[in-house]
Amino acid sequence: MSDASLSDAGAASPPLAATRPARLRLGPLAPWLLALPPVAFMLAFYALPVLGMLSRAVLDPGWTLVHFQALGDDPVFQRVLWNTLYLAVLVTLGTLLLGYPVALLLVRARRMAPLILLLILLPFWTSVLVRSYAWMVLLGRHGLVNEAMLALGLLDRPLRILNTPLATQIAMIHILLPYMILPIANTLRQIDHSLLRAAAGLGASPWSTFRQVVLPLSLPGVAAGTLLVFVLSLGFYITPALVGGPRDTTLSMLISQQVDQLNWAYAACLSAVLLATALVIIGVFAKICGLGGGAFRMSAR
Amino acid sequence: MRLLTGGLFSGTLGWLVLLFLAAPILLVTVVSFSSAAYLTFPPPALGLRWYRAFLGSDSWLAASWLSLWVATVVVVISTSLGTLAALALARLPKAARGVVTGLILSPMIVPSIVIAIGVYYAFARYGLVGSPIGLILAHACLAMPFVVTSVTASLSGLDPRLEQAALSLGATPWGSFWQVTLPLIRPGVIVGALFAFITSFDELLVALFLSGTGAVTLPRRMWDDLRFAIDPTIAAVSTLTILLTAVLMGCAHRLRRKG
Amino acid sequence: MDGVATVLAGAGAAVTLRGLEKNYGGHGAVRGVSIDIRSGEFLTLLGPSGSGKTTTLMMIAGFEQPSAGELLIDGQSMLGVPPHRRNLGMVFQSYALFPHLTVAENIGFPLKQRGVPKAERMRQVEEALRLVQLPGLGGRNPRQLSGGQQQRVALARAIVFRPRLLLMDEPLGALDKQLRETLQLEMRRLHAELGITFVYVTHDQEEALTMSDRIAVMENGQVAQIGTPEDLYDRPANRFVASFIGESNFFPAVMRGIEQGRVVAEFGATRLQALAGSLPAAGAEIMLTTRPERLRFVDGAPPAPGENRLSVTVREAIFAGERCRYLLEAAGGTRLVLKEASGAAIRRRAAGETAEIGWAAEDTILV
Repeated sequence: MSDASLSDAGAASPPLAATRPARLRLGPLAPWLLALPPVAFMLAFYALPVLGMLSRAVLDPGWTLVHFQALGDDPVFQRVLWNTLYLAVLVTLGTLLLGYPVALLLVRARRMAPLILLLILLPFWTSVLVRSYAWMVLLGRHGLVNEAMLALGLLDRPLRILNTPLATQIAMIHILLPYMILPIANTLRQIDHSLLRAAAGLGASPWSTFRQVVLPLSLPGVAAGTLLVFVLSLGFYITPALVGGPRDTTLSMLISQQVDQLNWAYAACLSAVLLATALVIIGVFAKICGLGGGAFRMSAR
Repeated sequence: MRLLTGGLFSGTLGWLVLLFLAAPILLVTVVSFSSAAYLTFPPPALGLRWYRAFLGSDSWLAASWLSLWVATVVVVISTSLGTLAALALARLPKAARGVVTGLILSPMIVPSIVIAIGVYYAFARYGLVGSPIGLILAHACLAMPFVVTSVTASLSGLDPRLEQAALSLGATPWGSFWQVTLPLIRPGVIVGALFAFITSFDELLVALFLSGTGAVTLPRRMWDDLRFAIDPTIAAVSTLTILLTAVLMGCAHRLRRKG
Repeated sequence: MDGVATVLAGAGAAVTLRGLEKNYGGHGAVRGVSIDIRSGEFLTLLGPSGSGKTTTLMMIAGFEQPSAGELLIDGQSMLGVPPHRRNLGMVFQSYALFPHLTVAENIGFPLKQRGVPKAERMRQVEEALRLVQLPGLGGRNPRQLSGGQQQRVALARAIVFRPRLLLMDEPLGALDKQLRETLQLEMRRLHAELGITFVYVTHDQEEALTMSDRIAVMENGQVAQIGTPEDLYDRPANRFVASFIGESNFFPAVMRGIEQGRVVAEFGATRLQALAGSLPAAGAEIMLTTRPERLRFVDGAPPAPGENRLSVTVREAIFAGERCRYLLEAAGGTRLVLKEASGAAIRRRAAGETAEIGWAAEDTILV
């Protein structure tokens, strides 16, 4: 084989050494050539469009910061931002409180483990739209919750739950729970059981073993779950729009409304604020817990 | 083993939360088999009325076909480009790797609404609103990170000596990729492709801005319906999509565990 | 078997390394290695981990580009020639069998790359399998085979396309001792039958001594000594080679002069003679070395001409089957090891005993 190739090269130009480097030159370049198509695609159809849109915040019409300055005394923006952050905090706390026991249950279970996993994954795999729709059915005026409570005599007329902040909170906690459960379960699963036996052997009660051994060791998972749920809930649109009240607008909804009114500069400002908030939180978590964007690999369903 | 303890209380709470997680999905499924003309629970009788309504509606079927073929094209684009990217990332120098990773994985972090209005802003000028092409291009970008993470995970589990062995046995770099690397990372590529399919098939926010009237996808069609009336056709459609995603994601889950 | 061997046989390639260097960000993994590997030779690169032996092999294979120096195979420069065009066989420590291909497909892989038609390919695969004594296993999956069988398949795959040079990177490292010894013999046999050049990397000195025509001992990215196994064992060029290959006793001594062609030195108050190599000045501090099995207890027998004698105390006696191993202490606290064949007629010494030991000046080397 090498003979054939050598004579090829020799025919082109006599000194072999002169033709060989040309063949090799592709070697170091290969990764760049491989990266070129995906990078060009992402730049053309995602990054540059988003950056172009964001630039409207400071380039409308010329270079200006007035749009950002206007946010400072814009009561609508401030109410919406506050509402969005409040919702994100509440949902994060809710998923943490409800998710931790499920993670424990999943890791502890043996025979039931596949069933538990299925009960977590089935909603996880279902689209946000379908799950929001399910909550419309459940919480509606003639929904299951109202009908059941009427039937049990707990109520004498249907309660208004759908289209209130409570509905948004319940539905978002439901939708984001798996993002909290799975990272926590991952760290719990990695805890060496001999540590727990050692703690028990040293006289720790089950509760203090949990508090002093299990809980601290699971904190990386808690941090990852918290980061994921918080950042994802900041950008929620579909669920609050479908099940929430007319007054509890989130940043995403406000952005969408501004685009509908072709108010691009304002929409771009809001987008920049939303994106910056997410990035700051990720940065803070990276600083404190050493978590990077890596946590977001979990967001693959 | 009662060592990872939490006791009866947390156990009970755990099961209640699991019920909370699963109930809405099960409910939608039950409602879809209702024979009633409006949403009511429990259904007075069971029937396939709403599935017939779905299958008899041209607009629902058109939206379903559009979603299916858009997702299929997205799979082809994002899986091939994403696999290229994963291969490149494994070989790029560290600094460049950071930049390229940041670019390609960022759609996981950037809020969907920002991406949606960004592509709307840019695509509107090129007449890509209301066209499946616009949807495909944007969805492929959204799906790319899932392919890249999945293929990268497969690649990191690959013994580099296998590629060296192939080269030492006379395979060209290209031949060694097709005959050795690709067959061995195939599970990761398939998982990435499944994720890509679901990402596009379920996607709503981008579709809200890019669908226009000419390219109404299934989620977009459901959304439009939900804004006006909740009729159980949506329950039937939802049940079908739950089934489809559960089967695809179940496959992905199994493959990922095996790999 | 003979028929197979003649089909696969061919002249081995000659490999020349000239001032080969490899730097990783300022750190020199290989620093000026020059070796002439002869056609048909079994050459081993022996050294501890980090000595640069694997990096050197990887440069021959083409997976690493030298930072400086020249690499010739049969007189042709290999610089810039990618691995798949070098036409050499390679066997890896982890076997690197393709898990998605059967044994036959693995062995047929290099033939397929060279466009050998399928029927011919199958014939040659079967021959190669017979050559490594695994006939009929072609349909198996590599994972179904034992470690030793996998290594034989890797070997068959690396020679089936009749390369003139076979590179092996610690191919027996993952196997247990007994299997390793069997395969060592088999590789020697293959080497003899095929007549091609073998370049073998290992950190196992026993393996290197058993198999090689010549050994290049590597230390810190350089060749510490190159020679036949006998050369290295009997005439180590320096302290590193003496201690890395086999066991050695060291005597820090002071050079006194040359008598009758032998180095004469003083180890404490004892006069020792050694083979003359380099000639340090009188009064210089030097190091003499000798092998544990060359020492013996003499117990007052008159010294033969040119024999070294030394009084020692037995510190420990360890019975190890065929041999007995004694840890001795000489005046001044120098620790020595003496190995003696075990036998009913040989008196075992006890710890604490004093004894006199003797050994030939010819077995004493200046390092």
